[in-house]
Amino acid sequence: MVMLSAWGKLGAFPHTVQYLSDREALRDVICGAPLKGLAQGMARSYGDVCLNPDGLLWNTCGLDRYIAFDEQTGLLRCEAGVLLRDIQRLMIPRGWILPVTPGTQLVTVGGAIANDVHGKNHHVLGSFGDQVRQLRLLRTDGELIDCGPDLRPDWFAASVGGLGLTGLIVEATLQLRPVAGPWIEAENVPYGNLNEFFELADGSEAAWEHTVSWIDCMCGGRGRGIFMRGNHAPKMDRPLPASRNLRVPFDPPFSMVNKLSLRPFNTAYFSLQKWRSGRSVVHYEPFFYPLDNILEWNRMYGPRGFFQYQSVVPRESGREAVSAMLREISRSGEGSFLAVLKTFGHREALGMMSFPRPGVTLALDFPNRGARSHKLFARLDAIVQEAGGRIYLAKDARMPREVFEAGYPRVQEFLQYKDPGISSGLSRRLMGV
Amino acid sequence: MRKKRVIIGATSAIAEQCARLWVSDAAELTLVGRDLARLERQAADLRVRNPAVVIRVLTVDFMDASAISSLAEDVVQRSEGGIDSVLIAHGSLPDQGSCEKELVACRDALAINALSPVLFAEAFAGHFAVAGKGTLGLIGSVAGDRGRKSNYVYGAAKGLVDRYMEGLQHRFAASAVRAVLVKPGPTDTPMTAHLKAKGMKLADPGNVASAIVSGMARGSAVVYAPAKWRLIMLVIRHLPRMVFNRMDI
Repeated sequence: MVMLSAWGKLGAFPHTVQYLSDREALRDVICGAPLKGLAQGMARSYGDVCLNPDGLLWNTCGLDRYIAFDEQTGLLRCEAGVLLRDIQRLMIPRGWILPVTPGTQLVTVGGAIANDVHGKNHHVLGSFGDQVRQLRLLRTDGELIDCGPDLRPDWFAASVGGLGLTGLIVEATLQLRPVAGPWIEAENVPYGNLNEFFELADGSEAAWEHTVSWIDCMCGGRGRGIFMRGNHAPKMDRPLPASRNLRVPFDPPFSMVNKLSLRPFNTAYFSLQKWRSGRSVVHYEPFFYPLDNILEWNRMYGPRGFFQYQSVVPRESGREAVSAMLREISRSGEGSFLAVLKTFGHREALGMMSFPRPGVTLALDFPNRGARSHKLFARLDAIVQEAGGRIYLAKDARMPREVFEAGYPRVQEFLQYKDPGISSGLSRRLMGV
Repeated sequence: MRKKRVIIGATSAIAEQCARLWVSDAAELTLVGRDLARLERQAADLRVRNPAVVIRVLTVDFMDASAISSLAEDVVQRSEGGIDSVLIAHGSLPDQGSCEKELVACRDALAINALSPVLFAEAFAGHFAVAGKGTLGLIGSVAGDRGRKSNYVYGAAKGLVDRYMEGLQHRFAASAVRAVLVKPGPTDTPMTAHLKAKGMKLADPGNVASAIVSGMARGSAVVYAPAKWRLIMLVIRHLPRMVFNRMDI
């Protein structure tokens, strides 16, 4: 038994960990296990979706072999534990790139599928699951299930965004896309309020592939921020940036993100970015994965950890809902530095339990302050529910069951595909199994 | 020049990481192991990483001296112009308690960790001696530096390998053949999964592999990986017996 926590560090829980390595020997580990298990990759999800307290964890980081790559079609077949970072670093110099990646590349292919992660280009290419051509599941009864968009599509729809609950994802075939090089032509545009944000977001959809924004949530419902957009640049000869890794070297005794630090921090960041606004050419790593260079950044929230609250609300009610959430946060005196506001494209995700949907998504992090945090979340929940939205399961550690059921109406259909030998902290909390 | 390299025990976690480092600029990689299907899976992975490298897989009985001898012959024959390096990476961490209770376990542990690597090394050393060049790497262990009650059968096997490599280095001192003994500390591999499950801090196999690859490129006599183990083992080796025997390690 080892004590393990998720990225939010909200608590450490006992797990029995089994390390997977040989994809042909998985049945020996996962079939007939005495306890329920759960696959875990890099444990970058924030709450209990990647934990299975008192149960088994099947660590997939050793399932990290490529199986085949077709230079003509860009189809990459690999084991589920391969890191997105390793695919990017191997393939970009060869002219191929993962079409969709989340805000960190330190996640496994299996984790990216199980959470159907999205990136900054949702309005162009959808989510990670839209790039998967086939995947292989191993059920705890020993059955192997190959599925894809045209092959047992019901199993595919259950497993993409299926939180690892439909079986162990053993391998996947991903469609890569051609890319000229590692460079992004980026532009930062400051905005003064939410109306300006929505104008920028809508105005950028046609001409810009990647869009996201940082929002200063300390200035009430107004919502100023920095809108960032980018396109893949044509081939160019530039020196690659030197890799530098910082690390948060210790666990501070209290959250470094707090009332005293937040307002000056946000003001300084906004001013700096406003001053640096305009166009530039940047390497894809700092553009897509700005925090990956700061190892263990989650430690800065102190020993009690932090929550990430990410919701999506439909466009029709989006402006009002986002504004109302920002007002609530301001009123509560709680706050967030890593606040991200972004619009999704007009497409429903293919997974039964996928998070992305047409609308606008707001992601906020809050140091864990116990009851005070939960009171704020309850008020945010009410706004999200009223607006007909949902909360991202990869980030969640606390939502009540009724909010979950309202946000994920296909859960009963999904549960028909759940593997009875698999369970997670989240599945027990929200689905009762 | 692009090198031709051989890895014995290629499916072991550290060897697999070495292969991934070497594949970026090798000409040929020959993977030797016991399980053909696993070797093929590894070869497929390496071919995706660099389609330009020729990758071969071979299986052999790791305890059969004559089979090992003809395997080495075969590998050298197939590579035009001979091979540049061999890494002997196989091994298995036995349970010390079982070795004490069952002599069969004790014998098997000595055989796979001492006898077998020496047979491979001797087979390839003969070819390097003829060619007058080449680098032979062998993975020992910090456990070979001093016998301890918690794993002295394994330690004894690794100690034998240590003395053997010392001899090879002496034999080849006047030539361009290099014998490199690598001594990893406890490393995060399937072999040590039971230690990790208990929460023990283990070295990353990728980092250990980097130390092996650079150590073999330099031709260093002894490589500790991670390097801090050189100092730790220096202290452990020089502790007076009176002190050492009271320690619970």
